[in-house]
Amino acid sequence: MAENALELKDVSAGYGETVVLEDINFTVAPGESISVIGRNGVGKTTLLATVMGHTTLHKGEVALAGKSLKGVPIYRRAAAGLGFVPQEREIFPSLTVRENLDVGARPGEWTDQRLFELFPNLKERLGNRGNQLSGGEQQMLSIARALLTNPSVLLLDEPTEGLAPVIVEALTAVLAKLRNESGLSIILVEQNSRIALEFSPRCVVMDKGRIVYDGESAPLRNDPEKLAQFIGVSE
Amino acid sequence: MSAMPTLTEHPAALALTRRHRLRWWEPLPWVLALAFYFLFPRHLGFGTELLIMVLFAISLDLALGYAGIITLGHAAFFGAGAYTVGMLAQYGIWTEPITGLIAGAAVAALIGFLSGLVLLRTTGLTLLMLTLCTMALLEEAANLGHDWTGGFDGLTGITIPPLFGLFEFNPLFPKTQYLYVLGVLFVCFVFARTLVYSPFGQSLTGIRENTLRMHAVGAPVRTRLVVCYTISAALAGIAGGIWAQANAYVNLSTLGLDRAATVLIILVLGGYGRLYGAFVGALAYMALAHFLSQVYPTAWQLGLGLLLVAIALFARGGIIGVGETLVQRLRPKMYQKQPPS
Repeated sequence: MAENALELKDVSAGYGETVVLEDINFTVAPGESISVIGRNGVGKTTLLATVMGHTTLHKGEVALAGKSLKGVPIYRRAAAGLGFVPQEREIFPSLTVRENLDVGARPGEWTDQRLFELFPNLKERLGNRGNQLSGGEQQMLSIARALLTNPSVLLLDEPTEGLAPVIVEALTAVLAKLRNESGLSIILVEQNSRIALEFSPRCVVMDKGRIVYDGESAPLRNDPEKLAQFIGVSE
Repeated sequence: MSAMPTLTEHPAALALTRRHRLRWWEPLPWVLALAFYFLFPRHLGFGTELLIMVLFAISLDLALGYAGIITLGHAAFFGAGAYTVGMLAQYGIWTEPITGLIAGAAVAALIGFLSGLVLLRTTGLTLLMLTLCTMALLEEAANLGHDWTGGFDGLTGITIPPLFGLFEFNPLFPKTQYLYVLGVLFVCFVFARTLVYSPFGQSLTGIRENTLRMHAVGAPVRTRLVVCYTISAALAGIAGGIWAQANAYVNLSTLGLDRAATVLIILVLGGYGRLYGAFVGALAYMALAHFLSQVYPTAWQLGLGLLLVAIALFARGGIIGVGETLVQRLRPKMYQKQPPS
């Protein structure tokens, strides 16, 4: 049996002494996409931060392709195959698009050519500085930069936040293409439950730092009342 | 219908794609430096001092301007280079100027590397204070090691043999020193320019702008900071070594807070993170210091202080930054004036 791309076992983590996540257990298979939803402040971003090593791990284990990440510094996690697209995009404003891409690039399946097929806009913007891009372009650059590190698991933290509806539409199309064609394992943390539940057949719902649902997306997508039970809103 | 220019044809994009290439004005400082040699033969001592400060400021720019390492103790490396060259020459161990500089750079780099391993685990005010402490410790060590370093009096009468066995060093008529310093500055500048435009240099900019993000794209941030700090220290060591050779003495002032603060002021004045800010800042600072001290000998630093306050309030990018802002304001107008193709 193939080993999991990512596994969190009995994880409790937080910031310093403060515990935000408790008893987190879930696995992501190679090539599988899952979305994580929940209200504000339930620990979705902390979950991704814990996988990347930004938080204090109080208990449990995070394993990438069967190998424990305990004590592994952030940059080695990235080199081992974790690609992270943060909530604030965090592109380097004074580097050009080209330089933003090059700064973390590693050899692998993701090349410039493949990247620009997915993000043709970026090719037009290679000479522009990071701070000369629109919000949507910055988000695409952030995803592209993560892809060029040639990860095996891609972590996306609310990529549609703060974007205009038309840009959100374009971005979700890109994410769908990534899900279908890239072969990557993807964890999408998303505030917009409609986008999240349409993105992946499996979803995880979090509440107060714990996983309260881990299963198929369809029942939640088709039953607004059930969704409301978990996240307090229906769409 | 006129064709709309594509995004890559935008002047800003064009300027950025060309920024690695040698620009038309880049030979200008070197031409001016050579012209200075012929036009002001009586002021070559001032010119030599100016070029040394440019080199020192470039070394600080690598650490502060590019990697964002906040330091107030860069004179530690300047002094380490100066004392290495001075002591080697004073005790007759090694007097050849160029290899002496390499020795000065090596010692400064070693101190930079060892201190960087510890200091660069910290950030912000802690880092600032620790760099200051490192410099103070070295200064006190030089003071206490009187038998070797000359203590408070320093080492005087350092004898440097002719450069390449041909060109005599003479502190009173420093033709050789000026051209020698200019040559060393050029080599160091080419190295620094290559470095900042390399992927390594780009990663330093990334670290300065967002350390966590650089971790997350797989860059070993601390290793790169230590490497940058070490290189920066080596360049400062060369500046210190060449200062000792040009002045034929070394004293505690090479390790002092005055020197560290001066180079920081020069960089802020010229504009940090720009390489050429070191040239402009050193020239502006030394020319102003010279002019103001003649006009108002007792309080000339007040004028410099006021200028710095103005720079801090209204021109964070220094003099170069002001120039860049003006060019940027003019550029869109030039773009609009272009007739449709």
